Order: sequence, then structure tokens, then C-alpha cells
Amino acid sequence: MADTQKTGRESVFAKAVKEGLLAAALALGLFSLIVGFRTDQNIRNELVLNQRWGLLAIFVLVAGVGRFLLTAYITPWNVARNKNKRAAVEREQSTFRKSFPKIGLGLLLTYPFLVILILTAYNGSIMGGLQGSLKYVDNFGIQILIYVMLAWGLNIVVGLAGLLDLGYVAFYAVGAYSYALLSTHFGLSFWLLLPMAGIFAALWGIMLGFPVLRLRGDYLAIVTLAFGEIIRLVLINWTVVTKGTFGISGIAKATLFGIPFTPGPTGFAALLGLPNSGVYYKIFLYYLILFLALLTAWVTIRLRRMPIGRAWEALREDEIACRSLGINTTTTKLTAFATGAMFGGFAGSFFAARQGFVSPESFVFLESAIILAIVVLGGMGSLVGIAIAAAVMIGGTELLRELEFLKRIFGNDFTPELYRMLLFGLAMIVVMVWKPRGFVGNREPSAFLHKRKMVSSEFTKEGHG
Amino acid sequence: MSEKQALLSVENVETYYGNIRALSGVTVHADPGEIVALIGANGAGKSTLMMTIFGMPRARTGRIVFDGKDITQLPTHEIARLRIAQSPEGRRIFPRMTVQENLQMGASLDKLEFFDEDSRMVFDLFPRLKERINQRGGTLSGGEQQMLAIGRALMARPRLLLLDEPSLGLAPLIIKHIFEAIKELNKNTGLTVFLVEQNAFGALKLADRGYVMVNGIVTMSGSSADLLANPEVRAAYLEGGRH
Repeated sequence: MADTQKTGRESVFAKAVKEGLLAAALALGLFSLIVGFRTDQNIRNELVLNQRWGLLAIFVLVAGVGRFLLTAYITPWNVARNKNKRAAVEREQSTFRKSFPKIGLGLLLTYPFLVILILTAYNGSIMGGLQGSLKYVDNFGIQILIYVMLAWGLNIVVGLAGLLDLGYVAFYAVGAYSYALLSTHFGLSFWLLLPMAGIFAALWGIMLGFPVLRLRGDYLAIVTLAFGEIIRLVLINWTVVTKGTFGISGIAKATLFGIPFTPGPTGFAALLGLPNSGVYYKIFLYYLILFLALLTAWVTIRLRRMPIGRAWEALREDEIACRSLGINTTTTKLTAFATGAMFGGFAGSFFAARQGFVSPESFVFLESAIILAIVVLGGMGSLVGIAIAAAVMIGGTELLRELEFLKRIFGNDFTPELYRMLLFGLAMIVVMVWKPRGFVGNREPSAFLHKRKMVSSEFTKEGHG
Repeated sequence: MSEKQALLSVENVETYYGNIRALSGVTVHADPGEIVALIGANGAGKSTLMMTIFGMPRARTGRIVFDGKDITQLPTHEIARLRIAQSPEGRRIFPRMTVQENLQMGASLDKLEFFDEDSRMVFDLFPRLKERINQRGGTLSGGEQQMLAIGRALMARPRLLLLDEPSLGLAPLIIKHIFEAIKELNKNTGLTVFLVEQNAFGALKLADRGYVMVNGIVTMSGSSADLLANPEVRAAYLEGGRH
């Protein structure tokens, strides 16, 4: 018994070496021209051929060693793990899973203060802690939460109603521009314009919805993609109103019950007797977007238990069956588009208030693609999964900016944030191979006869749920 | 044919898929409390008639009248709101939703008002569904899915139940169970059932009356007993293919 195991182990090793060498050879063949040579223009505008053997060696090594490790260790480990998993009952992890949203929520609510606390301890002064926390609250906290909110909004359209929308950023743009324009021209306050931006975006959602009612899948995706581009092009070319590519600057900031976050004597810091700092506004914005995102989640959860949310999910599963059960698929689709768009509009007006500047640059197709990628990666319809995906993907790209040491390896002109799409692609592939339905691929039923425990594993493993 | 008020009457209906005529001059009716079977071979147009009644696709000529109301041009969801329910071809249950959620979808016309009462009735009819109440539709066996499709249709409190091939792909024992359930329902509640079947023998045994459809044309009609005894019907649909 032990003997056969040993020879089995050896044959796996031999196989891994062989496959590793093959992968390295393939990578050498593939990349020698793509990576090994690079043409540059020199100062006299001549093309010069640079040889990059070091980089090529890294590529080949990564391919070879990666394949070797995959075959020799990861695959057998995976097989063994799957065997163990079948034996073990999945109840163990469910306690962590159940409390995960609560833990996450607690972390989110205390995040800015945790950051300040840690940085204060690290810097040895409160002022240092406050200033240092700017980056973490703004670049990580607010940035991630904007995407969480956008992805949760899109989730209503794509995840629940199953309508593939590639132009979601259009509603984000509508929200941002309605705040920017109405605030700069009429001086209306953020709190008045926030719901108005949502309503405008919802109206645009209905306008997009009408012509595409009969479309599904690929066709719908193409039309929504075009819609997103139309909105962007209108923003660029309608210069009288939107100032085109220059964008709109000097947009008013949001206020806390009329208290502005300015350094003057009526400002927030002066009123509370705190030292002047830009960090209060950032913390305020953090809680604002957190509130908006949680509102999105709460509405989604509530709607899923209501007839309209149930109808969205049924629509995703089978449109014809829906209609023959007496569900008006027209209004169902339009409400999905409108609700999703409304949250996009909220996020847009928040974005405008946070940046103080909007331009069509911010609403390119890539943004739609990123938001959709987050929804797909997180598992369509799963709020927790989507939040995790947003944190990993957006936090990951922000983290790339911080990786200064990469410059020491790849040279000074290496800019890691240019590789963020690579990160997205990699994450896509890994998640799709590992969990084809996204991080949290299982749909939680919204109605139970007795208790949640009743979803017993003996039934569900029968097919593929 | 009888001149008393039919619950459903399809008069001279023609349906096209593009330029291809799928139904030509079809006239059928169902009286209140009746079980009517429409039998025919593959591609005869049975399911097309079923879907035409529901307005998907719409009849190009002719009239469809339900309870005295012309429904030919109504949108599908409004036809369903007149309490015509359907267990469609291929069952079309919602695979990622649980049995209970599927039934709730069926009851959405009344906003779940009678859900408890009606689901009890469905569970009495198909006890298997109760065992699987929190299981996803897609993980049910074929027979259970068929029960769910019929149960979901019943949740809408229908006055007319359209069943498209409820025996398709099922084991004889389960077919028998489902047919018995339909019969019981018809006897106890007086529900009118319009049944499309390839399984001619089983369907005619269950039904009061029957129609035979060939290439989009109704070629024969009569009481089930007459059709069962008819030598042409026997030769085409019954001999050799008895279930």
C-alpha cells in the first residue's frame, strides 16, 4: 500500500516536471517576440530595438514553475480536499458565514475610527493620525463603497432581473451631472438634489427600458452598451450645458444639516472646537456613502421578499412562464431598470459632491465593465459576495498604487496601476474556474416554510441547484 | 356541437410562425367542468394551439373566446388574469427558486391571499411536493417538476387549466399518479381541463371528449369512447404505442 503510494507520488512528480518544462518552452516560444524585444523611439525619432531577456526569463520561469507547482502540488491537494469535503458536513463553517455580514457591518461602521486609532498609535500624535487616515478613508473606504453601491444597484438589474446591462455607468453620469448642473446653476443643496438625481436617473432607466423591452441576453447587452456611449457622447458634445470635456468644476460640497465643512468660523471643526483638518469631511463622506450603500442593500433585501422582487427573479428564470402566471413583464422590467438606475443616480450625485468636479472622462465604458465584473465575480444576486468582490477588486487596484517596491524590480518607469486590468482578468479567471457562479454563488431562498435549517444537504446535492 | 355557453371556444384560428402556417382553421371548445383532450403526433400543432390561446404567438385570424369575452388580442398576462392557468410544454418551472417560491409565483394574482389554503390543496394532491418544499425546482426529478408545474398552475385558482404534455418523459407509474390527480381535481372542484397529449390512450381514458390534430388541422372529434373505438385513431395513435 505504502509502496504504490510512493510510486504514485513519484509519477506525479515526473509528470509535473515534464509539464513544467513544456509550459516553459511554450512560454519561451510565445513571449520571445512579444516580450523579449521591444521597439522604442530614441531622441532622433529613430526606432531602436531593445532586448529584454531578463523580463522574458521571468515570464518563462513563472509559466514553468507555475505549471510544475500546479500539477505536482495544487491539483493533488485539491483532489484530496474535495474527498475530505464530501465526508465533512458543511455545518461547521455556517456559523462564520451567518455572522459574516454582522462582523463586516461592524467593521464598516468603525472603520474610519479604527484607522485613526491605529495611525495615531503609529505616528504618536492625534494630528498625524488624522492626516494619515485621509488616504485610507478616502482612497480605500469611500472609493470601495462607491463601487459596492454601484454594484449593488446593478445587481438589481443583472443579478435579480437577469437583464444584462452594459451601460450602467450612464445612470451614474446622469446622477452626477444632475447634481453638478442643478447645484452650480441654482445653488440647490446636496440633500435636495440627492433624491432628485435618483429620480432623474430612474426616468432615464425607464427611457432605456422602453425600447429594449423585447430584447434579451446579447441583444440587450449591445443596446445598453450603446445607450451608455450615447449619454457620454452627449455629455461631451452638448458643450453649452455640460462644458464638454472641460467638465464642471467648483461643485458645492455636501453639508451636515447645513453645517459646511469649511475652515471658517462657521465650519464644522470650529463649531465643535476641533483642530482644522480636511479629514472630517472625508469621514462624513464615508458615512454618507456607507449609508447610501446600506440603503441599497436594505431596499434590495426588502424587495426580494415582496411580489415585485419575486417577479424579477422569476423573470430571470423564465420569462414565458412569468407571463403565463399573469405577471406583466413590461412593468416588471421597467421597474427593475428604474430601481437599478435610481441607485446609480444616488451614487452619481455622491460622486459629484465628493470630487467637486465631473467630466465625461469618469463615465467611460470601462467603468460599466468594472461594475459588471464585480457583480459577476461576487455571484449574481448575492449582496455579501458582491461587497467582497468590490473590496478585493477596487481595494486591490488602489493597493497597486502603493507597491513602490515593484519599481525596484521592474525599473523606474514601471507603473503598477496600469496593470489593474490584468488583476481583474486574473481574478475573473481564477474565480470562474474555482467557483463558476461567483464568490457566493448560491441563491438564498427568500421564503421558508419552517426554518432555514430545512434546506437539507441530502436534497440539494441531488442535482445542481 | 352543443349550443350552450362554452367556457373556452377557439373559432377558426390560424397561427403562423413567420410565413409558416402552424394552425389552419382550428375550431375547438371546452364546456364548463369538462376534461377535453387534444391528441396528435409530434409537430401536429398541439402546443402551438395551447400557446395561441395564451397569445404567444397571437392568432392571425379567427377568434378565441373565454367565458363570453374575446381574448384573441389580449396580452398574455391579462389572459392569465382571467384565471386561465397553464402547465406549459417543458414545465418551465423556476429552477433556482424553491418549491415554495414556485408555488408563491403561481399565487401572485391574488397576492398570496389564499396561499396557505391553496398550497394545502396542492400538497394533498401531490404529497411529494410537500417533502421537497424548500428544495430548488431545478433539483427535482422530472415527475416532481411536472407536479410542481401543475401545482403552480393550480395556485392561480384557475377556471380553466391548460396542460401541455403532462406525461412527457415520465415513468408510467408517475403518469398514472398525475392523471389520477387531474381526474380527482376535476371531479371534486369541477375544474375545466384542456389537455394536450401525445400519449393518446391515457389522455382519452382520462378525458370526456377529444380532438385529433394532424398538421395543424383538427381532423376528428368526438367523445373519448368513440375516438378510442375509431379504427383510424387506433391505427395511428393507439396500436403498438399503448402506455
